[in-house]
Amino acid sequence: MSYSDLQAEAVPVEPGPAASVRGRSPFRLAWARFRRDKLAVVSLVVLALMVAFAAMAPLWASWTGHPYDATFPKTALDVDGQPVGPSRHFWLGADQLGRDVLVRAAYGARISLIVGVVASVLASLLGVAVGTLAGFVGGWLDTLLARLMDLTLALPYLLVAIMLATTFQISSVFSSLTLTIIVIAFFSFAAFGRIIRGQVLSLKEKEFVEAARSLGAGNLRIMFVDVLPNLVAQVTVLTSLLIPTSIVFEATLSFLGVGVRLPMPSWGSMLGEGSDVFQTAWWLLAVPAILLLLTTLSFNLLGDGIRDALDPRSERLIGKR
Amino acid sequence: MTGEDDVLVAAEGVVKHFPIRQGIVFKKEIARVHAVDGVDLSVRRGETLGIVGETGSGKSTLARCLTGLHPVTAGRIFFEGTDITRLSRAGLKAFRRDVQMIFQDPYGSLNPRRRVGSIIGDPFAIHGLADGAERRRRVQELMELVGLNPEHYNRFPAEFSGGQRQRIGVARALAVRPRLVVCDEPVSALDVSIQAQVINLLRDLQTELGLTYIFIAHDLSVVRYVSDRVAVMYLGRIVESAPASGLYGRPRHPYSAALLSAASIADPDEAARAERIVLTGDVPSPIDPPSGCRFHPRCPKAQDRCTVEDPPLVPRAGDPSDHVTACHFPVEPGERLARREAGIAQVSTDPDLPEAAP
Repeated sequence: MSYSDLQAEAVPVEPGPAASVRGRSPFRLAWARFRRDKLAVVSLVVLALMVAFAAMAPLWASWTGHPYDATFPKTALDVDGQPVGPSRHFWLGADQLGRDVLVRAAYGARISLIVGVVASVLASLLGVAVGTLAGFVGGWLDTLLARLMDLTLALPYLLVAIMLATTFQISSVFSSLTLTIIVIAFFSFAAFGRIIRGQVLSLKEKEFVEAARSLGAGNLRIMFVDVLPNLVAQVTVLTSLLIPTSIVFEATLSFLGVGVRLPMPSWGSMLGEGSDVFQTAWWLLAVPAILLLLTTLSFNLLGDGIRDALDPRSERLIGKR
Repeated sequence: MTGEDDVLVAAEGVVKHFPIRQGIVFKKEIARVHAVDGVDLSVRRGETLGIVGETGSGKSTLARCLTGLHPVTAGRIFFEGTDITRLSRAGLKAFRRDVQMIFQDPYGSLNPRRRVGSIIGDPFAIHGLADGAERRRRVQELMELVGLNPEHYNRFPAEFSGGQRQRIGVARALAVRPRLVVCDEPVSALDVSIQAQVINLLRDLQTELGLTYIFIAHDLSVVRYVSDRVAVMYLGRIVESAPASGLYGRPRHPYSAALLSAASIADPDEAARAERIVLTGDVPSPIDPPSGCRFHPRCPKAQDRCTVEDPPLVPRAGDPSDHVTACHFPVEPGERLARREAGIAQVSTDPDLPEAAP
């Protein structure tokens, strides 16, 4: 090897172009961390499958030829009038009225996911609005809103929810689905709002807020540019952890018969019906219970994964590795 | 002394009390923290006024009053002759273009969720000075001015070191071409090696842009290096104010003398000769400050008169007119306040060994 070859080799590697200039945003870093969390990724896949299962509900109905509210006394019930178990025609068995459990479970998944996501998003919007207002404005408004949230938390929520649901269902102002969502959102926002209020109170004292103020920024700008973006991580985590709670809340209400009204199936009402006959027809209880468990567990693990990914403290742990 | 129109900022009897409230619905004021309690000062165009004092002496509160961040309880602050304590909303916003602040904590003073370009560009957005490509160009100019790589425009604060972050803070403060920059302990959170860089940057910018600084710190050597004049604060009051050379060479207030004697001296021979005044007791609570001279409970020279009569901040015998001291019995040159020499005050930590029997 000649001297010039060596010299050519000694030329340092050019630093990568543009790549070093573009900053890595907190969310891109979080996504990189999230992808390393196997449990969270698996949960995401399970939930994607669950969404697909729910979205395909009408397809299941047409493939099996069993609409969710149709009864099939001839094929679904045996000679003793007992529902048939999982079979070629009824993949996940039939219920005591002769309806297809698979199709009903798919429609139930729609209800659970819709109620879970919509109620949680609604609760978080309300919670962020109330919490931010209370924490940011302070004074008498803070006192008022904070006491309001305390009051909501002090209510025996199940009793009030049952009362509200029955009252409004009779007058049928809202559809039962909307009403269930509103009830769940109302009883979830207070805990959310309190956390946000605390966060806003501490953010408000941060030096960068003072810096913005000394630059001449108004309250609105400080709220939307400096305070709210710093809540995004918290809100994302809290909302994702609120979804399973809302799903269980909906199942509880439907189980008690004050949630989503029959004959629209819900996992809660399916559990309610199945609990009467589970000794002879285990699948009536097992199918909605397993689906409910899988969904809530996945949402919880996903929420934990998001928390770990967004929490700056976890960055150091990974860096140390 | 120089003429009146040379004065950029003047404070007259500035008082800032923080009420302590108790109660759930009707919040009753049960006490008040006397954070700043009657401060007069003036800063001339193009000079640097250093403010030193212990933690809790009210330096930062005074700074926030001067920048209009805290409304004052009493007193007046004149900026270019206008009283900023009674400005309208619009007037205040205009005033905030002229006065900027550099904060102590380079981590806390930058919003972690925003890109550096948008943080430095904030003043342009708030005051509607520049948009789009124009804003980007001016931000990159500023980044270059403070010694940052303009290509890092899109990075997040977390991707910078402490010194670089402080440079970002400086760039943001300079964006609107302020006339007064209040630096609230701008280097105390930085490594010593980085401190020098940031201080030199601030000095260079001062000559380049003709800035006026109010420089707050508790590091006396830093203040001496940057300041033309120095004011010493104790429990919400200015106890001594003088040109830097006068104050450091010949402190008159016993508190200034104690503060200066506590500063470390690089030369070990000099350090051995130096007197170290060890103050007894803690700083009294600003909720219930002492009567008379506030320093009297800890002052080695305190007499009966000090407990009742509040000494005015005036030139004392033999001092030039710009060296003012609030003390009835100022320290005379050559006077020793310490009870013991330096070094002896340090108690040995070696275990006491029994002496060998004779």
